[in-house]
Amino acid sequence: MNFNLTKEQEMVRKLAQTFTANEVAPYAAEWDEAASFPMEAIRKAGKLGMMGMPFPRNYGGAGADYLSYIMTIEEISKGCASTGVIIQTHCALCAWPIFTYGTEAQKEKYLPGLLSGEKIGAFGLTEPNAGSDAAGLQTKAVDKGDHWLINGSKIFISNGAVADVFVIMAMTDKSKGTKGITAFILERGMPGFTIPKKEKKMGISASVTTELHFENVKVPKENLLGQIGKGFKVAMTSLDVGRLGIAAQALGIAQGAFDQTVDYMKSRKQFGRSLNKFQALAFEMADMKTRIDAARLLLYKATDRRERGLPSTVEAAQAKLFCSETAMYVTTKAVQFHGGYGYIKDYPVERMMRDAKITEIYEGTSEVMKMVISGSLF
Amino acid sequence: MAFKIVVCVKQVPDTNEIKIDPVKKTLIREGVPSILNPDDANALEAALQIKDELPETEVTVISMGPPQAKAMLTECMAMGADRAVLLSDRALGGSDTWATSNALAAGIQKLGGCDLIFAGQQAIDGDTAQVGPQIAEKLALPQVTYVSKIETVGSTAGESDTMTVVRALEDGYERIKVQIPCLITAIKALNEPRYMSIRGIFDALQKDVTVWQAADLGVDATEVGLDASPTNVYRSFTPVVKGRGQQITGDTDRELAVNLLQALKSKQIV
Repeated sequence: MNFNLTKEQEMVRKLAQTFTANEVAPYAAEWDEAASFPMEAIRKAGKLGMMGMPFPRNYGGAGADYLSYIMTIEEISKGCASTGVIIQTHCALCAWPIFTYGTEAQKEKYLPGLLSGEKIGAFGLTEPNAGSDAAGLQTKAVDKGDHWLINGSKIFISNGAVADVFVIMAMTDKSKGTKGITAFILERGMPGFTIPKKEKKMGISASVTTELHFENVKVPKENLLGQIGKGFKVAMTSLDVGRLGIAAQALGIAQGAFDQTVDYMKSRKQFGRSLNKFQALAFEMADMKTRIDAARLLLYKATDRRERGLPSTVEAAQAKLFCSETAMYVTTKAVQFHGGYGYIKDYPVERMMRDAKITEIYEGTSEVMKMVISGSLF
Repeated sequence: MAFKIVVCVKQVPDTNEIKIDPVKKTLIREGVPSILNPDDANALEAALQIKDELPETEVTVISMGPPQAKAMLTECMAMGADRAVLLSDRALGGSDTWATSNALAAGIQKLGGCDLIFAGQQAIDGDTAQVGPQIAEKLALPQVTYVSKIETVGSTAGESDTMTVVRALEDGYERIKVQIPCLITAIKALNEPRYMSIRGIFDALQKDVTVWQAADLGVDATEVGLDASPTNVYRSFTPVVKGRGQQITGDTDRELAVNLLQALKSKQIV
């Protein structure tokens, strides 16, 4: 057991901290308020290799390890949770399934653009009637001989408004339930593929989330991703990677709100002394710090297992469950400790509390995480 | 076309976070992060921009300092420098600018010389702005200090051996054409230094920082180190804040003179 970071990981963390301090954190409130996608920051992140970290160099990736990637999401999410989830969705839910299940031709066509950040990726599983229960998918793909014809719609698609490449799940055989789901690669601009509505959300406003509509979209045969009927596996294994990223995002939010609160407590005076001199509050901070560190250990352990190629589905679910609940717990306390200032937008903890909530919901709710964890027990 | 470029860099305490011991009047270094000197980052960026244009260009960073300075040199390689050399030896410790420039000039000669030397205008810990110019003198190279813009390098208009730079002075600019090889000192306005890249980090840690001792440089105690240094720090202190200057105004020369005289009289200077 070794709790030391490698020199590479230490330098990556330092780079992510500097990048966040200069290019992300100062603009987070502005992006949130305008619900605008931080394209300039994402392009800069791409130039540094942050849009293709855990992928090999021969496809344009940075050739970094998973923990370096996870720490980067964590650091960026301290400053802006939206930017964190944009990178994680792009990497884990679009580039990763193409890298893992794609043909050589698909990899050569899509990965260099995605991994350099010149193209942005998204992932479409969720539908109005299919959230946690993927067997309810209604988007259909029909084999038309020389192409697939896709009809249906998706909701709550992160990066939807700006993405160029989409990994989409569609039913090719409804009678088989999840075994009738197949994955496809779609591109923005395919005739019949429209992106009609931008969702108005409680938090992570800068990660513009949209619906996707498919009306007789002709998808070339070569855009089938993986095998027919194996789309559920593509989705679930991608979400295993995605959950590490969401856990990292949640951990970053928690740490960011915690750091803000430490600073605030030292400077804010009430009843003639600064807030940190009140033991009742200081003890609660001790609890928060302990939970954050525990969350980090769970996440890094799950990440280490993935790096080593060991099974990590349960560990990723545990990390996602605990990190997201820690984010909600810490940000709620952070707002409370800021008093009235915590409720107004002049302090970032207001945004952080709104941003934290989604981490308990997307890429598998806390309840689904408990299904995964308990399912391994009995 | 390609150049051989050497960039002189220094690891310095982050003076934004530095405090002075109120009793000993010295810098408190404990817990203060060490960083690449900001002007040196501009110097490195200038070199890397030339390498961006001419990929065969080789950029070497060189520094004198304790072994911990290797971390900063590795960061320079993660930004894009090809190799790094650290001059590190107890015999070099305590060097002032004269002795430091002796060591660095010897290091550059040991590298086999180069086409261009870039250095930061000055380091934020010593603020002397002497080391860059002294290196140029010792290597008998032309130098241009306080460079805010590099207009052309090398082969432009058939001139393969010059560069044109803009030099920022307090009251204006000079555009200077200088013979290559030469030494340039960079100011903050020259460019915006790049970040390390993820690939750069992983590549940099595959490379070693070359460490040379005084003996490797062929220098001895008469040229480098504390005893060879003609200057030493007598005392460090926080200067007392003086009052602000006063501006005398007037619409005509005569009025100006009268107002000045009045001001001097009111302070009983005349």
